[in-house]
Amino acid sequence: MFTDETLDTVGTESSWRKSLQSVQESRSCQTLPLHTAEAEVQAQHVSDSGTQTDAGDSFYEYHETSVDHPGLKEFLDGVENMIIKELIKNSRSHAFDGFEVNWVDHNETVSCIHRLQHPDAQSRGLQVTSLSWSCTGSVIACAFGRIDDGDWSTERCCVCTWNLDRRGLDPKRPDLIIDAASAVMCLSFHPQRPSLIAGGLYSGEVVVWDTSRTQDPILAQTGMSVDTHREPVYQVHWVPGSRRGELDLLSAGSGGRVLQWRVDGVESRLVLASGYALVRQQVPMINTLSKARGGSSIGVTALAVSPWDLDSFLVGSEGGLVLKCAFSSQTVSAAPPDGESVTLRAPAQFCFSPSSGPVHSLQYSPFHRNLFVSGGTDGLAHLHSLLQPEPLLSLRVCDSSYVFAVRWSPTRPLVFAAATGQGLVQIFDLGRRSLRAATTIDQETGGKPVYCLEFNPRQTHLLAAGNADGTINIWQLSANLTEQGPRETAQLEQLANEAAD
Amino acid sequence: MAEVEETLKRIQTHKGVIGTIVVNAEGIPIRTTLDNSTTVQYAGLLHQLTIKARSTVRDIDPQNDLTFLRIRSKKHEIMVAPDKEYLLIVIQNPSE
Repeated sequence: MFTDETLDTVGTESSWRKSLQSVQESRSCQTLPLHTAEAEVQAQHVSDSGTQTDAGDSFYEYHETSVDHPGLKEFLDGVENMIIKELIKNSRSHAFDGFEVNWVDHNETVSCIHRLQHPDAQSRGLQVTSLSWSCTGSVIACAFGRIDDGDWSTERCCVCTWNLDRRGLDPKRPDLIIDAASAVMCLSFHPQRPSLIAGGLYSGEVVVWDTSRTQDPILAQTGMSVDTHREPVYQVHWVPGSRRGELDLLSAGSGGRVLQWRVDGVESRLVLASGYALVRQQVPMINTLSKARGGSSIGVTALAVSPWDLDSFLVGSEGGLVLKCAFSSQTVSAAPPDGESVTLRAPAQFCFSPSSGPVHSLQYSPFHRNLFVSGGTDGLAHLHSLLQPEPLLSLRVCDSSYVFAVRWSPTRPLVFAAATGQGLVQIFDLGRRSLRAATTIDQETGGKPVYCLEFNPRQTHLLAAGNADGTINIWQLSANLTEQGPRETAQLEQLANEAAD
Repeated sequence: MAEVEETLKRIQTHKGVIGTIVVNAEGIPIRTTLDNSTTVQYAGLLHQLTIKARSTVRDIDPQNDLTFLRIRSKKHEIMVAPDKEYLLIVIQNPSE
């Protein structure tokens, strides 16, 4: 009986250790099924082999053909001369020049399909300062503010959007009204996400609104920090950002700063990514007549980003200068630092021949990498080549009035539109070899200016014009203004090359 | 066989020529200077159109026959030289 008790105590100690070990074993088991779960990779390999068989097929075909084709040589010998004769004749022939077939009924008239207005803003005398079409082409956003009065005001302004494809469209009631703390000077829809709109305010703030959020539409804003513009922001533009697939926001204003902002949606803040400052002494002048007068900064009134060359952009200034600038510039700006969190750089590389007053609008041609058009207070629209300082062509848009906006047609390489201070939109066709406007569209503003103009990027027959009386006209363009002719790109190329000679 | 390639090369070097395809009587491309999918599309469609064009010519006048087919479009001119066994298709951009 006494011997049995001593044996039991030894057994309990060993079982405790074993249980610990079993716990460790079960951990290593858990990682194993994770490795085996990559079923997707296997599927991709299968599809790859599919393309391989395709290539194999054509190889087989080619092999079979190259073995023997009785009579192929004789056939080719027989037809070669005829084909070559026709090819040469064809390349010299002008038989089909300007020949067009009427397959569909063309829309021959330019008609106003909507006259949008926001009665509340109109009653306060607010003006439409900027327009932007969403990337889908169905929504138009309009900024309300004031251009004629230079006061620092705290008057509340707004941004309104209308969806033109919506069935119950009410031209007097916007789908969405976003309030802004001061006058909104510029707008730009995100090029990929249709709910995001960027705007620049008279107070110098830059804001990104998300129209899908009903409670608080502000997605991000600069607020009032040391980095913020201290003068009105005249242009905002989305540009490819430092991180892949993300877009940064470029803003420019009369303070002479061009700032690139990264959108931080989590903290609802715009973070300064890089900055450029333009000062008079760092402008590469064509003639050194105008001596540098200290470090006076160049107020930016217009900005255009090249769709061809991601490094370059154009800046139009209050003093009438048009500058070609580079994002990659490493020169430190001579502007005195003002507590900014990044070092400001001087981007200017080339100066085009200046005009007499502020440059209100600039745009690169969507069909030729060296051409751009500018418009300003001299009442002219200048067609420029990036390769020479003097404009290729200067077209008189209006007498004794300003040009507020110039925009290229998205479909016709030789056509652009200009908005004037007399309430007209003039459409020029460079193919007509005439310096007069091809079409004049009266905005019926009672002589008040048209401040902004945008072609719809998707529904390319639509043109929107925003007016000083607070109305936005949506025009449906006629076929001769929207349908590209047979030799039009070649003609544009010729126009650009005339400059180089 | 090298002579065939040389002939095709001569045609290809002419002004504005975008591509040259030789198709056999079944509509299968046997020589091409274009990529695979474009070749297959041109060969299939133009083979059918040539048969249709030939039968149209012969239905109107049984003594007559198709010798050459040209299609002018906004962007290109397509020329088809037919034969009992082969078709030669040349695609040209005349305004280039």
